Amino acid sequence: MQPLSTGSSSSVARARVNTGPRRLLLGLALGYLALFLALPVAFIFIQALAGGWRAYLTPMSDPMALAAIKLTLVAAAVAVPVNLVFGVAAAWCIAKFEFTGKTALTALIDLPLTISPVISGLLFVLIFGLQGWLGTWLSARGISIIFAAPGIVLATVFVTLPFVARELIPLMAERGKDDEEAALLLGASGWQTFWRVTLPGVKWGVFYGGVLSAARAVGEFGAVSMVSGHIRGRTNTLTLHIETLYNEYNMTAAFAVSSLLLLLALATLAVQTLMNRAESGAAGG
Amino acid sequence: MIRLKKPSLLPGFGLCLGYTLSYLGLLVLVPLAALIIKSAGMDWAWFLDTVTQPRVLAAYRLSFTASFIAAGINIVFGAVVAWVLVRYEFPGRRVINSVVDLPFALPTAVSGIALTALCAPGGWIGGLAAPLGVKVAFSQLGVIIALTFISLPFVVRALQPAIKDLDPAVEEAARMLGAGSVQTFIRVIAPSLAPALLTGFTLAFARALGEYGSVIFISGNMPLKTEIAPLLIAVKLEQYDVAGAAAIAVVMMAAAFALLLAINLIQRRSLHATA
Repeated sequence: MQPLSTGSSSSVARARVNTGPRRLLLGLALGYLALFLALPVAFIFIQALAGGWRAYLTPMSDPMALAAIKLTLVAAAVAVPVNLVFGVAAAWCIAKFEFTGKTALTALIDLPLTISPVISGLLFVLIFGLQGWLGTWLSARGISIIFAAPGIVLATVFVTLPFVARELIPLMAERGKDDEEAALLLGASGWQTFWRVTLPGVKWGVFYGGVLSAARAVGEFGAVSMVSGHIRGRTNTLTLHIETLYNEYNMTAAFAVSSLLLLLALATLAVQTLMNRAESGAAGG
Repeated sequence: MIRLKKPSLLPGFGLCLGYTLSYLGLLVLVPLAALIIKSAGMDWAWFLDTVTQPRVLAAYRLSFTASFIAAGINIVFGAVVAWVLVRYEFPGRRVINSVVDLPFALPTAVSGIALTALCAPGGWIGGLAAPLGVKVAFSQLGVIIALTFISLPFVVRALQPAIKDLDPAVEEAARMLGAGSVQTFIRVIAPSLAPALLTGFTLAFARALGEYGSVIFISGNMPLKTEIAPLLIAVKLEQYDVAGAAAIAVVMMAAAFALLLAINLIQRRSLHATA
């Protein structure tokens, strides 16, 4: 955490003397955020509830919606644990050891965040699609990956890959190696050290990385859209289901389902705020 | 083989690195190789022809200009937001600070349909703009709005640590020596924030360039007018033209990486200049 106290108290004092620019900047910032953040949020809830509670709840119990929720949860249920294990392993070698090629490795982990989600989806079509590397081999054996659930799971794993690792690398690096070395010198085995010393120290980072991955897994649109084929009831995830409803001019239903995802996003932000508060509380003593 | 620079007491390096590399190899490197091999095998004339069709060129142009404008808008307003969040105490500051990440946390399809319905001719914003003869949704303006929305957190989060690091005493000194607010900003604050501004701009620009979900609803997707480059990749894929999709994707990725590299070089140079 950055030491903030000295800087901010004197600048607050100065800002009081100098209220003209302060009011202007505050007004500009809050106005901009109200226009770009508060307005869409309010709009989604108002549209979702425009037809009353019954109209709000009906779209959620629609079989197509339930199938979409199920597929989305399956993709998240695979992507999150798989990337938790990967994130911990990657953070362990990047944060605790010095080796050549570390920068390249970190850049490679970030890659799914830097390329367009559409390209992420395309990559898997190039391998598993009918015209792809394994396309003929797979179709001869009756296995479908693209335009089927496995493709959606793969694309979800790909786009959520960086989150846990990115959360844990700085956290583990900051904690250093002293605790682990002490445990090892006192006779603990490698696994004991990991489970009893390392993991408890970063458990909140693991948790938050998992939350971020889950949020992204549930909300991913571009990448899954490329590999889904949009078969209703079979390969539509929640976000693709929203697209379908919207394109059918079923606005209330589209916004009702959207409001679920909005609540999830707000919950993610709440978790983040609590984590930051706990962290700054710990840093401030 | 990758070797440790320093021997370490901690175990598990080989195991973790091996696992990390195989996982990344399978999930990231192999798919990336598929794209590169696919495009390397393309006929050069065909490739050029595909990526220079008027519809594709128009999409590249819109993607780059709209992303540039969106990042530019956020450099101004995002800087104001970051400044206010770091320097001022006001009720609700913590909550507002976390809400800044909303465009990042909200699924892009959701922000897409919300912004579209807001900006459509009958919507809250579109309805206000329509009498003025301004078409917000289903126009290039709509693309800019969607990209501005999704790239906001990148600028704010890049600037906040840099603003925290500024020493208010330096600004006070400038004031004492007779500089006005504007002069203090231009001569003292802006130069020290320049590297962070550049980082924020790049992150916002790169994110906007690849954005898909929030744009495709509000843009209306009219060929030659409001199609963005990622949409064309999706369109080619829908037409089962996988090679065409790959060709457009390769150009986009090359442009994005060249941009990131250039910014990196500029930043390194300016770091050397100040050091």
